[in-house]
Amino acid sequence: MCKDCGCGIVGEVHIDGPEPGHSHPHGHEHAHPHDHDHPHTHPHPHDDPSEGDRRTVSVRQAILAKNDRLAERNRGYFKAKGLLVLNVLSSPGSGKTAFIERTVADLGDRLRVGVIAGDLETDNDAKRLRARGVPTVQITTGNVCHLEAEMVARAMEKMPLDSLDVLVIENVGNLVCPASYDLGEDARVVLLSVTEGEDKPLKYPVMFRTAQVVVVNKMDIAGPVGFDRDTAVRNIRRVAPEATILEVSARTGQGMAQWYAYLEERRRREKGHPPPPSPAPSAA
Amino acid sequence: MTPRPHAAIFKQKLEGTGGGMHEVGVMESALGIALKRAADEGAQHIHQLTMRVGPLSGVVAEALEFAFDVLSQGTIAEGATLQVERVPIVCYCRTCRREFQPDDLFCECPRCHTPDGEVRQGRELELASLEVS
Repeated sequence: MCKDCGCGIVGEVHIDGPEPGHSHPHGHEHAHPHDHDHPHTHPHPHDDPSEGDRRTVSVRQAILAKNDRLAERNRGYFKAKGLLVLNVLSSPGSGKTAFIERTVADLGDRLRVGVIAGDLETDNDAKRLRARGVPTVQITTGNVCHLEAEMVARAMEKMPLDSLDVLVIENVGNLVCPASYDLGEDARVVLLSVTEGEDKPLKYPVMFRTAQVVVVNKMDIAGPVGFDRDTAVRNIRRVAPEATILEVSARTGQGMAQWYAYLEERRRREKGHPPPPSPAPSAA
Repeated sequence: MTPRPHAAIFKQKLEGTGGGMHEVGVMESALGIALKRAADEGAQHIHQLTMRVGPLSGVVAEALEFAFDVLSQGTIAEGATLQVERVPIVCYCRTCRREFQPDDLFCECPRCHTPDGEVRQGRELELASLEVS
């Protein structure tokens, strides 16, 4: 299980070790990929008087369809407001908040940025950002390990969207679960810090392959921690071949200019397709 | 039916916090869809749920099974079998113009080694069918 959030890691669970069938005195359950027999005691089908009426009902419904629908609604709303919306994701401690703080401080009036910050507990991140005068809404998820479109929709109500150019959604620090939840963003920005190891993109491919931008953060300490930049870039390319890769230090500001150029370019593109001034309801 | 002790503890934990790992939320949604559908069908029991899960959905089958055991208690799906069909990844190479099944989670064409194959299958996360009575 994932130590960050208690959920499982991506793909099959493999348990390495000696093969079963050796000197085990007891017959406990070995981790089984998908046992279809009866691992626990439940009412046996024979006890069920309605057994004869058993029938199969085809359902074929996507489980996250509701979230996807709400995300599309968010996206439409953001588009109508002419906002560029970014979903920022990383492990805990990769520097998401520092990266966002630096961004808003450097951009000043060039782009007006608002932040929706997601955390399991505390509003420390929101306090840090509000101290800089950034409109910030904190979502505290309790122990839900990711943000969902519906949470973002509620947070939006408290955000002065009309006075913003860019909305940054700082997701819960977690590289597993948030990958599955569309929030209605225009782009996913996944951070990787140099202390996390060059193979992180290979370990969390489901997340990294959804990224439009991969930011390698803390480049100022890349040397001392022995970060192999070329290997990291190769690994990112392998998982997310089309992603924009930026190498930065949110602390020193190194490489941040490229990030701002990216934001301004994306923002121009958003502006390039403005919504009709008064949308006709009949078009829906 | 006596729930397994760890399941009981886990359920307490769930009730205390109103959330949990992401497979719990996924399973809650799946079970919600199943219970509604069973009610629409006038069914009294759900005997089996079949889900289709691809490796790129980010969901782990084992965690789903665990969450199902806990969440189904006290519903008409209690004691039902959760069958998880694993959907393999299928990618398409634009250069070679053919589909292939990668051995890992990366869509690198085994023939020309182009890394950015289009994912055509493997993101599935759906409730496929129910067995009811």
